Amino acid sequence: MPAALSPVLAATAVDTVVFIAAAAVILSGALGVVSSRNPVHSALSLVLTLFGVAVLFVAQDAQFLAAVQVIVYAGAIVVLFLFVIMLIGVDREEDVRADPLRGQRPAAFALGALGLAELLGLARFHHWVTGAPSAAGAASGPGSNVEKLARSVFTRYLLPFEVTSVLLVIAVVGAVVLARRPSRSAAPEERRQEEAASP
Amino acid sequence: MSVSAGWYLTLSAVLFTIGAVGLLVRRNVLVMFMCVELMLNAANLTFVTFARQLDDIGGQSAVFFVLVVAAAEVVVGLGIIVAIFRRRAGATADDLNLLKG
Repeated sequence: MPAALSPVLAATAVDTVVFIAAAAVILSGALGVVSSRNPVHSALSLVLTLFGVAVLFVAQDAQFLAAVQVIVYAGAIVVLFLFVIMLIGVDREEDVRADPLRGQRPAAFALGALGLAELLGLARFHHWVTGAPSAAGAASGPGSNVEKLARSVFTRYLLPFEVTSVLLVIAVVGAVVLARRPSRSAAPEERRQEEAASP
Repeated sequence: MSVSAGWYLTLSAVLFTIGAVGLLVRRNVLVMFMCVELMLNAANLTFVTFARQLDDIGGQSAVFFVLVVAAAEVVVGLGIIVAIFRRRAGATADDLNLLKG
């Protein structure tokens, strides 16, 4: 049945092309992050990788996560990175050729190759499907992706959801404490010294 | 899913490895932090792939929580980096051999 099969083939071709393009974008962005001498270029390459991952989220029917990925990661986190890079003025180049610790780089590549082989072996030879029923709910079926994700987060994962709000509050307090001027406790002493010196 | 899950897993394994090698090789703390983000994204891609393959929305919920934790982690980590750089200019990871130096 070529007439009935052709839409399927076309969809397959589109999916394959999307995957290959997104994979190329992701890998080039990741290599750019690792190999750029300028941290600003690394941050921009990170945006490339994050967008590629968002495309693959859409390709796997995770539309909400793709939107969140673009908004939170590419929108907020990378902007925060760029902000810190500009704030502390490290937008100068680093010599990536220099090997600070002798043998560190070959050891890192060897470890990376070993880890990659391990991961690929696991993905290839391990049987993931146990047949256990899903506890969180099905990803397919009627209803939108947002609806199903919201039902999962607000029913089964309600307690973790509440705990993440506590985590965010702790992070905000911690950031404020860390970013506060360290001279706050020393300020009264300085003022006293200034007062003593002024008359 | 016309592109099989194995290809997605292979891609995320390669992405994770690039992030891990970058974390080991680079000395700039900001770039090392970005490499951690690469590894987190590889893990997220794996979660979504398995959510699709096993027809389980729990994988996507896990990615949701990973995103929240990553945001909190970036905020605290960048706060630490700003505090370090305020104390000493131009510090790389090799110079930070003391907790209170």
